[in-house]
Amino acid sequence: MERTGTWKVKSGLAQMLKGGVIMDVVTPEQARIAEDAGACAVMALERVPADIRADGGVARMADPTVISAMMETVSIPVMAKCRIGHFVEAQVLQALGVDFIDESEVLTPADESHHVWKHDFKVPFVCGCRDLGEALRRISEGAAMIRTKGEAGTGNIVEAVRHMRTVQDGIRRLQSLQKEELAAEAKMLGASLELVTGVHNTGKLPVVNFAAGGVATPADAALMMQLGAEGVFVGSGIFKSSDPPARAKAIVQAVTHYQDPAVLAQVSRALGEAMPGIDIKAIPPEELLATRGW
Amino acid sequence: MERETTNVSRKKRVGILALQGAFAEHALSLQKLGAEAIAVRQPHELKKLDGLIIPGGETTTISYLLMADGFAKLLRELGTKGFPIFGTCAGMILLAKNVSGLNTDTLGVMDIKVERNFFGRQVNSFEIPLRIAVLGEIPYPAVFIRAPVILEAETEVEILAHLPNGISVAARQGNLLVSAFHPELTSDRRFHSYFLDIIARYS
Repeated sequence: MERTGTWKVKSGLAQMLKGGVIMDVVTPEQARIAEDAGACAVMALERVPADIRADGGVARMADPTVISAMMETVSIPVMAKCRIGHFVEAQVLQALGVDFIDESEVLTPADESHHVWKHDFKVPFVCGCRDLGEALRRISEGAAMIRTKGEAGTGNIVEAVRHMRTVQDGIRRLQSLQKEELAAEAKMLGASLELVTGVHNTGKLPVVNFAAGGVATPADAALMMQLGAEGVFVGSGIFKSSDPPARAKAIVQAVTHYQDPAVLAQVSRALGEAMPGIDIKAIPPEELLATRGW
Repeated sequence: MERETTNVSRKKRVGILALQGAFAEHALSLQKLGAEAIAVRQPHELKKLDGLIIPGGETTTISYLLMADGFAKLLRELGTKGFPIFGTCAGMILLAKNVSGLNTDTLGVMDIKVERNFFGRQVNSFEIPLRIAVLGEIPYPAVFIRAPVILEAETEVEILAHLPNGISVAARQGNLLVSAFHPELTSDRRFHSYFLDIIARYS
């Protein structure tokens, strides 16, 4: 009678994260700071994206010791990243008992043609996207939550804005089409007609959609919320800033009160230095993370 | 018959605490039942409401925002003075007087002891049909996500639902209603309808 790992249970956890901030952490101390600041979940990592970008080389799933330490420290959900297509890393993360797996372009892809078949797992997955077609392909594979890719580790919101606007634009376009036009559109998007028809009917994705990749300030977080994000991932933006606890709390407040500029003005005060940013145009094309995945 | 009386009277205004969590789903359920749903993000928005839902989400997050935004005192007053409040999952934890496994403050208005994340981590989340007497004969689709349970309840508390192993997962104490599961994640509106009945009785 009792059924675990169902679609309702997996997509349901994503529903519970809405209106919240998921923070990248690399030590149990950081996980504690994130929880105390009101994070709705933490992403357990060995290195934040800014350091992965700086260090180069192959970026892999974190050491299970690191992930377990976070799980023992906080009571909120703990997420961890596996490489795109690396279903064995995903199996390991499920065995560890993480609450959510991010099949992430921030790590070096393990498969250049295929993503993980996520329906096989009891743990829900979140995946990045740049447009509606990519979002629907990931949902077809079993993603219970979607996020923009943005450009992780840059502290530059421009790519996340681009991706969120592109997804929303794709949704509005689908709504404007006639029923008989949906099959051709599905083919163009590279997505299933069933999911395309669902978006046409409801005007939204069938799963929760967060913003990620480049959020560095409370205003960045509120910008993404006003553009239609249902919550925010903050990677390097918190623990690469000069005062992580203050900035973490401010971003949590900003996501709740994203429509209230007076609150945003209040929480944006005296946060110290934000993380140093990178102009996307200064990054060689082969070093862009958002172009990983398909 | 009572519900028909509710429908012909003024539309009920039900607030949904929208600090963090699944508030949009509760709004949909309320609207389908003919009530008005109002998102509450500031304490002054609690005025002129007939009832309030505290949704599922992360307890520590909602608790932090409740305390930071000055909600706590007002909600404690309302809860003890007969104002209908329905807490689901995290909302149940926040209403409980006694919580094991939580460092942050709760509103502490209902005489129950609850335990957070009772079933373990997300892989242990589950759904199960439950017989709930106050909702009628047909089993109710209960969705448990990193759910708490009720460990103990004072005699004034009426336990509404049990798991097959006897663990309590929904309860009512006068104007206060709680469920460890998520009625907002199903299209079965009976639990919300039951809350609207409580509102009709208390307003």
